[in-house]
Amino acid sequence: MHTLSLFDTKQALLSKKFSSVELTKCFLERMEKYSNLNAYITVCAEQALAAAKQSDEKIASGNAGELEGIPLAIKDLFLTKGVRTTAGSKMLYNFIPPYESTVTQKLLDAGSVFLGKTNMDEFAMGSANITSYYGNVISPWDTVKKLVPGGSSGGSAAAVAGHLCVAATGSDTGGSIRQPAAFVGCVGLKPTYGRCSRYGMVAFASSLDQAGPLAKTVKDAAIFLKVISGYDDKDSTSANIPVPNFEEFAGKSVKGLKIGIPKEFRVDGMSDEIVECWNKGAEILKKAGAEVVDVSLPYSKYALPVYYIIAPAEASANLSRYDGVRYGYRAEGKSLNEMYENTRGEGFGEEVRRRILVGTYVLSAGYYDAYYMRALKIQKLIKQDFENAFKNVDVLLTPTTPTGAFAIGEEPKDPVTMYLNDVFTVTANIAGLPGMSVPVCLDKAGRPLGLQLIAPHFREDLLVQVGSVIETEANFPTLKEVR
Amino acid sequence: MDNFIETSSGLWEVVIGLEVHAQVISESKLFSSASTKFGVPPNENVSFVDAALPGVLPVLNSFCIDQAIKTGLGLNGNINKVSSFDRKNYFYADLPQGYQISQFFHPIVTGGYIEVEQADGTLKKVNIERIHVEQDAGKSIHDQSPTKTYIDLNRSGIALMEIVTKPDMRTAEEAATFLRKLRSILRYLKTCDGNMDEGSMRADVNVSVHRPNTPFGTRAEIKNVNSIKFLATAINFEIERQIEILENGGEVEQETRLFDSSTGKTRTMRSKEDAQDYRYFPDPDLPPLVLEQSRIDAIRETIPELSDAKSNRLQKDYELPKYDADLIASEIEIADFYEKALSSTKSNDKTVAKMLSNWILGELFALLNKNSADITSSRISPEALAELIMLIKTNVISGKIAKDVLELMWEEQKSPTVIVDEKGWKQITSTDEIEKTLREILAENADKVAEYKSGKDKLFGFFVGQGMKKTQGKANPQLLNDVLKKLLAE
Repeated sequence: MHTLSLFDTKQALLSKKFSSVELTKCFLERMEKYSNLNAYITVCAEQALAAAKQSDEKIASGNAGELEGIPLAIKDLFLTKGVRTTAGSKMLYNFIPPYESTVTQKLLDAGSVFLGKTNMDEFAMGSANITSYYGNVISPWDTVKKLVPGGSSGGSAAAVAGHLCVAATGSDTGGSIRQPAAFVGCVGLKPTYGRCSRYGMVAFASSLDQAGPLAKTVKDAAIFLKVISGYDDKDSTSANIPVPNFEEFAGKSVKGLKIGIPKEFRVDGMSDEIVECWNKGAEILKKAGAEVVDVSLPYSKYALPVYYIIAPAEASANLSRYDGVRYGYRAEGKSLNEMYENTRGEGFGEEVRRRILVGTYVLSAGYYDAYYMRALKIQKLIKQDFENAFKNVDVLLTPTTPTGAFAIGEEPKDPVTMYLNDVFTVTANIAGLPGMSVPVCLDKAGRPLGLQLIAPHFREDLLVQVGSVIETEANFPTLKEVR
Repeated sequence: MDNFIETSSGLWEVVIGLEVHAQVISESKLFSSASTKFGVPPNENVSFVDAALPGVLPVLNSFCIDQAIKTGLGLNGNINKVSSFDRKNYFYADLPQGYQISQFFHPIVTGGYIEVEQADGTLKKVNIERIHVEQDAGKSIHDQSPTKTYIDLNRSGIALMEIVTKPDMRTAEEAATFLRKLRSILRYLKTCDGNMDEGSMRADVNVSVHRPNTPFGTRAEIKNVNSIKFLATAINFEIERQIEILENGGEVEQETRLFDSSTGKTRTMRSKEDAQDYRYFPDPDLPPLVLEQSRIDAIRETIPELSDAKSNRLQKDYELPKYDADLIASEIEIADFYEKALSSTKSNDKTVAKMLSNWILGELFALLNKNSADITSSRISPEALAELIMLIKTNVISGKIAKDVLELMWEEQKSPTVIVDEKGWKQITSTDEIEKTLREILAENADKVAEYKSGKDKLFGFFVGQGMKKTQGKANPQLLNDVLKKLLAE
């Protein structure tokens, strides 16, 4: 039962093929058995079983919610009331939130069961889940070579692909849902900026952060997305527009749709395997009756540098609150400044410190115009590129990542090469657009590869529609068991 | 008018600009629903947002924005249809977010002015550069422990308006007049209570000196000036300090100085080299603030008559002297008291208006001072004072007795009519009664009557005194005089 999709699990629970308690126990046992993946930072066994029991009662009394009794994993940057939330950092090693994030509250209201909090790159900064204070996460695809699951939502991705939960929340600032989804062969959907409330998510880069699902199928992601979407008056950047029933668009024909292939995404050094995978996706859509055309996004090549200015700039301010004064880690010092230095020097890992420094630098007097202001100007041009492209096409199709997953130890040693992992995904964040990664094939080494779909603002329905066609036709060899 | 300072080395001109932080009157904070109540135990009015927990987001309190718009309109400023919020980054233990949300790039109000009266009575415009809205920080308490600092976040996140003037002021007195007037206007608008003791209004002052007709000198910024009196003291100290440096061939350093109210001096807080880089950038949690014209127009409708207009009206309608009218209009509470009392007299007599003004500015203020009270805590209501005035006006009591009645009104909280009745202080206005009393006195003092008649005019006063004594001061003085003259002429 642990390999079932969310949709099938829901049917099975409602038809009482098995109970939520049985299912939850099954997942808790698997989490224990595969704890070597290090997918979870905190396991909530007791709470999960109590919630499952309640769900079974609700199902029995015919009061089942949208996700009643479905065991989920929660990325450890969503604040969960009474359950430690670390954001993968030593800085929050002891932080027990006094309130619940909007996204997780919606999931709880829908009746879902939280199995635990998943591992992640520290403060969501990373693409391989190797910056976590709680240790790296291993992809269920190869625990011998120890493939990385991608990041920053690496724990959630590993938990979904390794069947340690039915589906999971992730957050995506530059690709943190889609890149790990591609690395582990699951579906990852980053909604339009403003679709989901950011209230109660540990902030990385506020203008780019967005919550979203990692799931086994496109339809699962659609069901999940509907639950967590919607306006929240606690988040001034959340959008007050209706939420469609995304599930209805799964399986809908793509006949007549226009699919754009952005030529700028054919970057130097991209492997043949990625090109093949990309072509395969385009062929599938052509066969299904869509028209595939080339489009140009001339400024998209600047998206990565723009991202690595805007995101660290915002992060440098967002992470100022971790100062040892009110909560979290504190290292003593002889003066206030020394306490700050010790706390932040010891509480933050290397990558986080690097990005705070970069962010502080680009906002400094004398550099602000050259970096931050210029980045905002280019961001506008990138947005215009997409607006122009979407005048002619409905959805864009690109690879999710330039390569498949690498093994721990094989990762690029200099941070800038590491940042290239996000080269295809950051553009959607920079433009605030919804994007989804769908697993398509395996490379020669047997590692999953995914394709990314990007739609106009608030057109996640198109992602579901086009994504489910690719999913059906690609017939990706989903992982049956951790190996 | 020129306002030069002359020293042995020649003339100096002073340039002063103010940055006034005015706490917005609002039930809740700028970006959270926590209360703004003053004087509650530490850390009681603190929401998750104010404590900057992970994951919290600011939500703009639109009432605070209405208050800022009202202030902008009241100060003749332009309300910007689009403004935005920025983060001002710095670390301090009482700044939970590690940044203050302010409006650096696009403030809500630009321009504006206040007219202040100069020493020679002429009016001068002091221009306002901008008004922006921002959050306050918390409070660090250093004096509770030798080794620890305590943090109180009750103030954290409360809305402030920073009102920045142009460098238009030339003397300490002018700056003090400006601040007094600004405070009065904000209180009229009910957008800031102007309470400098509680820190709900604070001023930073920029001061520089230069020789007339030469460019402005290097300025020093003085922080922590928390009363209007201290403002003048701090500026005058700074002027002297800077002139002395320049006259000795030195250079004034651009720096931030702290005013110490116990010594009346300013001292270096941080030099220009130590100036912080606040790394301002737009706050990504808050979309731009876009205002509809209709909202601005609706707020414009709520602007009350301000002090200048009120003073002019009091002078015109009630023929009050400018001195009286200005004083009464200077504070909304005094003006309200006056106008309530005046309307309660139901009199159109201009002399009543002037009598009332005299009694408020004279006797009532003296009584308030004596009891360390102010007009809002007066134990005498406007209606009761009006009643007293009318008792005088209608000759029921004399002005002299009225002073005693006023004291008793304060102490016993009774209406003047009741007090006058109880004490039997009604003025004797019967000619017959007064004549009877006077005849008795004259009969008892036949010798003095004879002296008077032989030319000792001064004795007239003696008879008046005896008359008042015998009537316990209740005789109508004019009537007493008239009757006495008549009797002595017999």
